[in-house]
Amino acid sequence: MAIAETHVYMPPAPRPRFRLLEDERWLALVLLVPTLVLLATFIAYPFLRGILLSVTNSRVGVPGEFVGLANFYKIFNDGIFLTSVYNTFVYTAVTTVFKLALGLWLAMLLNRNFRGKALTRAFILLPFIIPTVLSTFAWKWMFDPTFSVLNWLLYHLGLITGRINWLGDPNLAMISIIIVNIWRGVPFYAISLLAGLQTISPELSEAAAIDGARPWQRFWHITWPLLLPVTMVVVLFSVIQTFADFQIVYVMTGGGPANATHLFATYAYQIGIGTGLLSEGAAISLAMFPVLFLVVIIQLLYIRRVEVR
Amino acid sequence: MGQVVLKGINKFYDSVHAVKDVNLQIRDKEFVVFVGPSGCGKTTTLRMIAGLEAISSGDISIDGNVINELAPMDRDIAMVFQNYALYPHMSVYDNMAFGLKMRKFERPEIEKRVREAADILGIGELLVRKPRQLSGGQRQRVALGRAIVRHPRVFLFDEPLSNLDAKLRVQMRVELKKLHLRLGTTAIYVTHDQVEAMTLGDRVVVMKDGLVQQVGEPLELYNQPANKFVAGFIGSPAMNFAAVTVTEANGSLIAVNSGLRVKLPDETGQRLRGHIGHEVTLGVRPEDLTVADTADLDHPCFDAVIEVVEQLGSEILLDMRVGEGVMVACVEPTVRVKVRDKLRVAMRPSKLHVFDANTEAAI
Amino acid sequence: MIEGARWRKWVFFYVPMALFLIFLLFPFYWMVITSVRPDGELYRPWNSVNYNPFWTWKPTLDHVRYLFEETLFASWLWNTTFIALASTAISLVCGVFAGYALSRLNFPFAGSLGTGIFITYLVPQTLLFIPLAEIVRNYRLGDTPWSLILTYPTFLIPFCTWLMMGYFKAVPKELEECARIDGASRWQAMLYIVIPVAVPGILSAGIFAFTLSWNEFIYALVFLSSPQQKTVPVGVTSELIRGDVFFWGPLMAGALLGSIPVAVAYSFFVEHYVAGLTGSVKG
Repeated sequence: MAIAETHVYMPPAPRPRFRLLEDERWLALVLLVPTLVLLATFIAYPFLRGILLSVTNSRVGVPGEFVGLANFYKIFNDGIFLTSVYNTFVYTAVTTVFKLALGLWLAMLLNRNFRGKALTRAFILLPFIIPTVLSTFAWKWMFDPTFSVLNWLLYHLGLITGRINWLGDPNLAMISIIIVNIWRGVPFYAISLLAGLQTISPELSEAAAIDGARPWQRFWHITWPLLLPVTMVVVLFSVIQTFADFQIVYVMTGGGPANATHLFATYAYQIGIGTGLLSEGAAISLAMFPVLFLVVIIQLLYIRRVEVR
Repeated sequence: MGQVVLKGINKFYDSVHAVKDVNLQIRDKEFVVFVGPSGCGKTTTLRMIAGLEAISSGDISIDGNVINELAPMDRDIAMVFQNYALYPHMSVYDNMAFGLKMRKFERPEIEKRVREAADILGIGELLVRKPRQLSGGQRQRVALGRAIVRHPRVFLFDEPLSNLDAKLRVQMRVELKKLHLRLGTTAIYVTHDQVEAMTLGDRVVVMKDGLVQQVGEPLELYNQPANKFVAGFIGSPAMNFAAVTVTEANGSLIAVNSGLRVKLPDETGQRLRGHIGHEVTLGVRPEDLTVADTADLDHPCFDAVIEVVEQLGSEILLDMRVGEGVMVACVEPTVRVKVRDKLRVAMRPSKLHVFDANTEAAI
Repeated sequence: MIEGARWRKWVFFYVPMALFLIFLLFPFYWMVITSVRPDGELYRPWNSVNYNPFWTWKPTLDHVRYLFEETLFASWLWNTTFIALASTAISLVCGVFAGYALSRLNFPFAGSLGTGIFITYLVPQTLLFIPLAEIVRNYRLGDTPWSLILTYPTFLIPFCTWLMMGYFKAVPKELEECARIDGASRWQAMLYIVIPVAVPGILSAGIFAFTLSWNEFIYALVFLSSPQQKTVPVGVTSELIRGDVFFWGPLMAGALLGSIPVAVAYSFFVEHYVAGLTGSVKG
C-alpha cells in the first residue's frame, strides 16, 4: 500500500510567495547591516573627523578654524613629539624581537608532552588575559624606587649596593616599560607559535635527524621555514598593537620622567585630553597612521600571497 | 501526482555550458535514474530540480506547475544526499522531525509519521541516538527516513550509495527498490554506477558532457544503444570496439581490420550498404563472444591469442589479442584454455553493433 | 629524545620552564601578597634589615575593606561586568551574522567587505579616541556605560567575524541544503542548523570578547568622568592615587579583585580561548 494514496493529514500549506530573504543578496544585506552601521558610526566617521580636527585649531569647547597642516608642522618641531616617535619605534622593535625569541623558546618547551601540560598552558596565558592596567600596577610596585622588591633581590644577591632608580632614570624607565610589554606579550606569541609548531609533523625532524642534521640545523632548515606563515601573522598583529600601546606607559611612567618615555598614544592623550588641545592631539594620533597603514598593507599582501599559493 | 517535466533545461556557469537542452517527461510513480561519468551534468540537473541551483533557461514543472522560481522549501520534494547530511546536533528523531516542524505540523502527527517511517526502515531503536553514534548504513537509513516522513511528491537521490562499502551497497540497492515499490512515490536518482542504474531504474537517462545521450528502459539501453558512448558505458565488462573497414566480396559485406575478417550477417549488412569502403566501429559485448565449435560455422569468427585468463567462478574473462587490437570475452566456466593459447572466437550474429566512425551514432 | 641524560632534561627543559613560569606568574603572587600585607610591613625601604618581602605573618583584610567601604569599587566591578557582557552580546550577534554572510553567501563585494571589516580591526583605539570623545559628547552618551557598550564592538566585532568565518566554513554545505529542502527558509536553516553546529566558535569568540572588554582602558578613561560610572581599570587608576601618594595596599587589592572575574571566566573556557587565539592566527 503506497503511502501516497492514503488520505494524510496536511496542515494548511502556505502559498509559496516571493520570499525576500531567500535571495542571498538581501539576506547578506540584512545580516551585515548592524555591523556596517556600528563600524561606520564609530570607526569610519570618527576617523574622518579626526582628520578634520587635525587640520583645524580646535580646543575643548572652542571649535577652531581651518589651519591646513599647521598642527603637523608644529608637532614635528616639538622635541617631545620627536622623542615619542623615536621611543615608539625603539619600543616596538625591541619588544617584538624579545617577544618572538622568548615566545618561540617557550613554545618549543611546551611542544613536548609532560604532566600538567594543559594546566601550565592555562596559567601561562594569565599575563595576557588579566587587564593590562591592573597587572602593570603590580609591576610598578615592583619597580618603585623606594620599595622595589627587585632592588631587594639584587641587593641581597650582592649585585648592587645603591638603589636602582627604575622609573626615575630615563633610560631605565624605557627598559622598565619594555620589560612589562615583553612580559605581557610572550604568552600570546608562545601559544600562537605553539599552535603553529603542532601542525609540523614530527616525522620531518626525525627524517632530518637520521640524515645527520643537528638540533640547530633542524630548527633552522625545517622548523623555522614551516613556522614562517604563523610567525608573520603573529608579528604583524603584535606590531600594530604595540605601536599603538597606551596602558603600560600611562600607568608605569605617565610618559615621564620629564617626557622621556612618551609614545604616540600617551603624548596624544597628554596634549589632546590633558591640556585640551584637541587638534594637536588628533594630529599626533594621526601621525601613527602611515606606519600602521604600511604594516596592514604588508600583512594583506602576505596573506594574499599565501592564499594564492 | 508526482509528474515532473523538464523542458529545454540549460545551465551555464559563466561561460561553461554544463547542462545542454535537457528534455524529459517523468511519469508519476516512475523511478528514473540519471547516469553518466563525473562532470556529465547529472548532479547539476538534479540540483536544478531541487532548487539548489538556478536554471539558466528552460522550465521545470511538477504536476503541471512551473517551479523555476520556487524556493526549495516550497517545491514539496525530499532529497537524500551522498553524505547523508544528518544534523549532527540533533537526535535521529529530531532529524526526521525537522522538516515537519518547519512546516508547523502538530506533535501527534509528527510522532506518527516518524514512527511509521522508522518501522519501515527498521531504525526504531535508534531514534534517541545522535548521528555520530551510528554506522554508515544506519545513517543512510535515517537520511531515507527523513525524506519519507515528508510524503513528498518527488524523491531526489544524489548518489546515496557511493559512500557505502560494496556489500552494503548491494544490500541497500535491494532495499531501495523494495521501498519504491511500497511507497510508490516518483523518484529521480543520480549515480555514476551503471549497475545501480540498470537494477533500480524504470527508465535510465544516460548523460555525457551536459547532453542526454539516450533515454530508455534498461534493457533497451543494453540491447539498442543509441551511440558508442552508451554502448560502452552500459554493461560490464564493457563492450568491445574495433575500428573496421566495410568491403564487399561475393555479394556480402565484410568487416576488415588487422585482426578481423568477418562476414557480416544479413541484418547488419542491410544497414551498412551505404558505408562500403568506409570505416565504421564494430561493437560486440564480451558475453556475446563464444569459443567457436562446429555448431557456429555460419557465425562470424576470428582468431585470437589469449593474454590473460580471469577466473570469476561463474564465468571466465579472456583478454585476447586480435590482430593489433584487444578484446575481452566472457565465457562459460567449463572452457579449458590457458595463456598464449590460440583460439577461434565466434560472435553471436544478432548481437553485433555498428557505429558511425565520426558521429559515433548507432547505424 | 631517547639517549638524553637526566641532566639534559633538567637543563634544557625543567629549568627554563621554571624560569618562564616564575617570570610570568610572579607579579600575580606579588599582587596577592601585597593585598594582604599590613601597611606597616608594606612601606619598608628595600634595603632595610630583617625584611622578607615574599611572605607575611600578619595577613590582613584591611585593604580589601578599604576598597569596598571607602571607594566605589563595588560599583566599578558591576559597571565593568555589565559593560563587558553587553558589548560581548552585541559583538557576538553582529559577528555571527556577519561571519555567516561573508563565509556562506554569494553576493557582490563580498571580498571587499570582508577585507574592510578586517582592516578596521587594525585601526587602534588610540588613533580614534580624540575625535570619538567629541562624538560621544555630541550624542549625549558621555559619562554613561552606553558610550562604551556602543564603541567596544568596534574592536570586538572584526575579531568575532574573523573567527566565526573560520568555524562556519567548516560546516558542510549539504547540511544547509538539506534543511532548505526539508522546509526551512535560509534564515531558519542558518538559525537552527548552521549556528548550533558552530557553537564552539561562538564560545571562543565570546570568552575572547569578554576578556578584551575588561582590558579596554583608553575609551573608558576618556569617556567616563564621574566615579560611580567608572570601570575597574579606570577607577583603580584614578581613585586610589591622591596626587603623588599611591595607596599600594588597596591598589593591589583592587588590582587583584579586579582581575579575578576575568580569570574565573577564562578558567571555565580555557580550551575555547586557546582555540580562538590559535584559530585567528592560523587564519
